[in-house]
Amino acid sequence: MTYAQAGRAALAQAMRADQRVVALGEDVGRGGIFGQYQGLADEFGPARVIDAPISEATIMGAAVGMALAGLKPVVEMRVADFALCAMDELVNQAAKARYMFGGQARVPLVARLPIGIWSGAAAQHGQSFEAWFAHVPGLVVVAPATPQDNFTLLQASLACGDPVVYMEHKELWGLQGEVQAAQPAPLGRARIAREGKDVTLVTWSRALHVALACAQDAAAAGISVEVIDLRTIWPWDREAVLQSAAKTRRLLVVHEAVRAAGFGAEIAATVAEELGIPVRRLGGPRIPVGYSRPLEDEARVSMETIQQALRG
Amino acid sequence: MSADRLLSLFHTMARIRAFENAAEEASSGGVAAFGSTLGAAKVRGPLHLSTGQEAVPVGVCANLAAGDAITSTHRGHGHTIAKGASLEPMMCELFGRATGFNGGKGGSMHIADFSVGMLGANGVVAAGIPIAVGAAHAYRITGSKAVIACFFGDGAINRGPFLEGLNWAKIHVLPVLFVCEDNRYSAMTSTDAMTAGPGALARAESLGIAGLACDGNDVEAVHDAAAELLGRIRRGEGPQFLHAITYRVKGHVSVDPAAYRDRCELARALEQDPLALARERFSAHGIAAAELDRIVAQAEAEVAQALRAAAAAPFPDGEAAYTDIQDTGAGQWQ
Ligand SMILES: Cc1ncc(C[n+]2csc(CCOP(=O)(O)OP(=O)(O)O)c2C)c(N)n1
Ligand SMILES: [Mg+2]
Repeated sequence: MTYAQAGRAALAQAMRADQRVVALGEDVGRGGIFGQYQGLADEFGPARVIDAPISEATIMGAAVGMALAGLKPVVEMRVADFALCAMDELVNQAAKARYMFGGQARVPLVARLPIGIWSGAAAQHGQSFEAWFAHVPGLVVVAPATPQDNFTLLQASLACGDPVVYMEHKELWGLQGEVQAAQPAPLGRARIAREGKDVTLVTWSRALHVALACAQDAAAAGISVEVIDLRTIWPWDREAVLQSAAKTRRLLVVHEAVRAAGFGAEIAATVAEELGIPVRRLGGPRIPVGYSRPLEDEARVSMETIQQALRG
Repeated sequence: MSADRLLSLFHTMARIRAFENAAEEASSGGVAAFGSTLGAAKVRGPLHLSTGQEAVPVGVCANLAAGDAITSTHRGHGHTIAKGASLEPMMCELFGRATGFNGGKGGSMHIADFSVGMLGANGVVAAGIPIAVGAAHAYRITGSKAVIACFFGDGAINRGPFLEGLNWAKIHVLPVLFVCEDNRYSAMTSTDAMTAGPGALARAESLGIAGLACDGNDVEAVHDAAAELLGRIRRGEGPQFLHAITYRVKGHVSVDPAAYRDRCELARALEQDPLALARERFSAHGIAAAELDRIVAQAEAEVAQALRAAAAAPFPDGEAAYTDIQDTGAGQWQ
């Protein structure tokens, strides 16, 4: 099944199992613009698959209220860029309620904020904000790279109990892959996507697929790359990364988000502090995503750049 | 309305229609959404067409002077053309070329031509409302006589900036014409089902902003309503509101088949086509159909020329991606 279908299947299963799970957002009643809610309105009805006006602040804010009143809302933001219209509700309200109210309440909502450069969609539809949310105490941040993980991690996010910023990648919707329903993946656990011994490459989301292709090429050139798919950005799997880096003694972090102040810096700094080994990080240049292909391409981390970094 | 005036409005509408048709054709496979897969389209990314809504920007902008301004939406080609932008740099922008208005940085969703007072399309619904209000506030502060028309969709009235922007404009008595282009849809959703109360104009009136509702497919009706409202604004009466009722003939984006809507509804709407309605008016003025055909052919030729220019124009260099982002705080900007 595709990455989009996997997310849909996970949500459908959770909604069947738990009456408290509801979904709300623009166009969800007609399956969503990417088809990730296809058929859910038919199966669960409009009371649980809730169509919303173009009112991001109230969609997110109402989800906080629903969560405080005992539901488990899945919040559709369409693209992460529009969630900026709901920042107070997410950062000041959802993320803070449990702590601020002294543990009297929890906010078990899953906010879906698709990230990533998306075929010609330009500067306001292609940003990758995972580091912003990783910076906010109270939020879990998840970025699945495969259909299997989109299935499993969405389910794990629904079972989390605290607000999860769930970041699918818009250029992965059509990605095909096998999905096993009974394969658990807890939040906060990375996956070794490829074993190797010379260098540890930590990545997530769509960049995983670019990284795997580079690792393949590097193998032909005699460099053995261990690729780690971080999957959860916060809490991130320090143990898995440190264990691998201790073995390979070299670390490279690759993400599509802007490199400056990106989450790669946190990982690289931690590994440098803990192990004192050489670290490098690659990310997009600090430029808005341009519309025209040559400009858009500049915003991506190219395979050549990664290959060069792997060679040393 | 004089025959000349009507012909000029018709020409602009025909230009928009031809532009949208050409852009639509060049965009198939340009973005993956609504089940469409990515191809090698000339126009990439989500393309929101204003086909069938031409009368609204044309009727409004005919009442604006060169020094007046507009803000636009994601569905902004019609606004841009109606405000007087040239077709070639527009098409170049859609083709992602260096010769486009934005140098290929923006594309359809961010098309802008500041030289004619078109302050930008916008990828974020309702984001243009506070921006228009702020521009109007600047006119007030600087003593400019300019006014601004702020275009937004029926879906935008459910976002907070709508309320906040209208309120601001009213308390500061600002020269803004709010234009709600009501095409009945908010992406895949019927706006009616998502909107409480008697509608956009009533919301404006609840804040003390007066306005008019009109048939948004009747270019004369739009023109006359906008003329009345802009007259009040220019006399210092503060913000006014125009609710123009039209219909979104195409899908939300060019790759959207709009299968979620009723076919009869579309067929009925097509009978109200603004260009066809304008043609009917011409018989009363004794204008021959051949004259109108000539105008349509001319508009199509202009667009064909824009297409040729766009196809031949160079793409921007990768280095352009690093320009026009920000300055470093050296304090040299005047
Ligand atoms: C804040 C925000 N939310 C959601 C979207 C996605 N979106 C783009 S256009 C659109 C529908 C807008 O409807 P309307 O304002 O009526 O304009 P129309 O498309 O009908 O011209 C939506 C939901 C967006 N661009 N910005
Ligand atoms: Mg609309």
